[in-house]
Amino acid sequence: MSAEIKKMEGNSLREQVAAMRQSLFDEEILDKQFVQMEELEDVHNPNFAEELMTLYFRDSSKLLVSVEKALERPPYDANKLDKFLHQLKGSSASVGANKVWIETNKMREALKAEDVERIKNQFQLVKRAHKTLKGKLEPYFHLLRQAGPADAAQPPE
Amino acid sequence: MESSFSSPRNDSFPAGLRVLVVDDDPTWLKILEKMLKKCSYEVTTCGLATEALCLLREKKNGYDIVISDVNMPDMDGFKLLEHVGLEMDLPVIMMSVDGETSRVMKGVQHGACDYLLKPIRMKELRNIWQHVFRRKIHEIKDIESHESLEGIQLIRSGSDQYDEGYFLSSDDLTSSRKRKDVDNKYDDKDFADCSSTKKARVVWSVDLHQKFVKAVHQIGFDKVGPKKILDLMNVPWLTRENVASHLQKYRLYLGRLQKENDLTSSFGGMKRSNSPSKDAQGSFGLQNSISIQQNDLAHGSFRVSGNNLIAQCVDPKSHEGDAKGIVSEPVAEIKKGSNGNIPDSQKTRSLQMVDFNNSCVEPKNGVIGNVPDSQKIRISPLDFNNSYAETKKGLNGNIPDSQKIMTPQVRPSHSFTSVESEVNFTEFESTIRTKYSWNEIQLKKEQKPLIQLNSGFNKPPLSGPHNHFQVDRLQSIPSISPRPSIVEGDVTGPAKSKPSYSEYINNQGSQVSPTISTADSFPDQIKSCVVNHQVSETISSSTSNMKNQGFNLSSVTDLESAQRSLIVGSASPFASLDDDFQICWFQGDCYGMNLGLQNIEFPEYNDPALISEVPAHLYDALRFDYPCDVTHQNILS
Repeated sequence: MSAEIKKMEGNSLREQVAAMRQSLFDEEILDKQFVQMEELEDVHNPNFAEELMTLYFRDSSKLLVSVEKALERPPYDANKLDKFLHQLKGSSASVGANKVWIETNKMREALKAEDVERIKNQFQLVKRAHKTLKGKLEPYFHLLRQAGPADAAQPPE
Repeated sequence: MESSFSSPRNDSFPAGLRVLVVDDDPTWLKILEKMLKKCSYEVTTCGLATEALCLLREKKNGYDIVISDVNMPDMDGFKLLEHVGLEMDLPVIMMSVDGETSRVMKGVQHGACDYLLKPIRMKELRNIWQHVFRRKIHEIKDIESHESLEGIQLIRSGSDQYDEGYFLSSDDLTSSRKRKDVDNKYDDKDFADCSSTKKARVVWSVDLHQKFVKAVHQIGFDKVGPKKILDLMNVPWLTRENVASHLQKYRLYLGRLQKENDLTSSFGGMKRSNSPSKDAQGSFGLQNSISIQQNDLAHGSFRVSGNNLIAQCVDPKSHEGDAKGIVSEPVAEIKKGSNGNIPDSQKTRSLQMVDFNNSCVEPKNGVIGNVPDSQKIRISPLDFNNSYAETKKGLNGNIPDSQKIMTPQVRPSHSFTSVESEVNFTEFESTIRTKYSWNEIQLKKEQKPLIQLNSGFNKPPLSGPHNHFQVDRLQSIPSISPRPSIVEGDVTGPAKSKPSYSEYINNQGSQVSPTISTADSFPDQIKSCVVNHQVSETISSSTSNMKNQGFNLSSVTDLESAQRSLIVGSASPFASLDDDFQICWFQGDCYGMNLGLQNIEFPEYNDPALISEVPAHLYDALRFDYPCDVTHQNILS
């Protein structure tokens, strides 16, 4: 019975996880690239998506700090900023961080237009998207780990 | 396993394909690594382009294919691409988040066999083996008939046999081949038999490339063939295929440079390649291609007595001034019709790719291209003073046919100063003509016999370790429009530059007569190139090479493009002379002429700016051995 309960719990957890995941896609916070990462998971890298996300957050947070610094006071080094943004764009694309990617792109456009106000505002949006993503993924992965692999929770009966 | 090809990874081609992934973003690196592993490939990752090059050089046959991002902090992905293509002859795939057409085009121009957009899908990675395979097949085709048959059969029969390095190596195929690189083993393959039969990847060192170019020139571009080259080179372990594929690459490279030249209206032949002192090899590669092209273009009559060494301006820095200067010269002349139109090929340009230290080999634009036909023979620095003085007209590239041949007399002590005036190559027309002592420049019109750059050039210039190709004598750069800025001592190239040379260059640089409009395109980089001129004999020999080289390039495509590419060496548009500048002195006569380029079109070259820069450089058969002294760089100034 405990196995069954476990199973049920597992199921319900998995359902929860699935729901969370789906919402991330529905809200376009994540895109198909994320799925690709998940698909890369296997015996050797069971938590590949999570590992990548961790890596991503580590690097992107640093990038955001750099951008923040670069925007502290004028004159702004547009080249440097663009470089950071390009990097951010690239990494976000790598993990499927859709919203962050979109906002970063917009910021790059604002940079090209040399519209300082817009640049700063857009940066806030980028930060926010980043924060949202992190906020949602962390519990997601946590739950995912708990739920365990679909079959693993079922002990042979 | 069963066949000699068998190897642990052999079970199914393309499993075991050895991939090197280069990307500065760790997230991407991880993802790609994972994806490639899923395809059963063997993956090595690295985050820096320089690191990647080291890895590739260390393990010459250790990889089958390279995948690289376009934007990297230490080096432009395109540069890496070129280096890999030239030095290691490996297929390279570029990738980027940015899929703009221009970027993709640039990738292809630089030799990428594919360009992927990020995010990359698994299925795209699964197919990358085709590039390796394709290359193998092409190499096989170079093989002599019986061999190729075997090779192809092998290929057809068992792709699984290829997994090793995916080299079509068969006993038969290889048996007749000497392999230079004994280290054929693929990483973990124990191709006991195969290893001997495998075609090792030849690393085209500077020396080797020089020999290659020399041979090419000796044969004549229009008659060049792998077998002939191989025979002339006299390198025991080198195989015909090695030469054939290198020749092919070289041609492509030259062609590309030319195209770039075309595209970049800027005279810029003198591009300075930024490559951070890449191996000279890299630069050589460029040159080779250039020379090859030239050969094609030229009648092949270049008898470049010397070696057709293309001085490669390796050092980016050095290129700066000199390269530009030099490059511009030829280009200016030629192209634009220079004004003058150096229609007939009399302009023998020596293509110099100054290779200062192995860095930047990339021929800067402009340099090469412009010495279109016509004999713009540059008189070796020494002569400048004399011969050029007359030409002071300012090189406008109008070197009418042939007359602009500057006797190569290379005199180390160059009076570069006079160069300036000489640089006015346009003036050369009158004076030059006769001096051909160094080479026989084959005038397109066949009017003149090949000008033999005797003086001293006959000796293979390359002697220095740098092996920078000597800048073939500066062919008369009739239309060199002096660019004041050229060559300013930027030649930071190898320290070896001979003092005299540098002086020469400097002179040249400064000499650039006012006629030459300062083209911005000639950055100081040209200087470096010039510096390399080893004024001495090497110049002559090198000039001849240069000529050929220069010409080849031009002939390949419109001379214009060739010119540009030649000079530029690197794929980058000429406009960016700032990059390492590779000055290729083409001994224009042969090449240009045939092509009808006659003015090798260096369209841009007509820009005075270009020309101006060139003069300095042109004059000296840039001896690449000499590191372009920075001192030279003042030439144009």
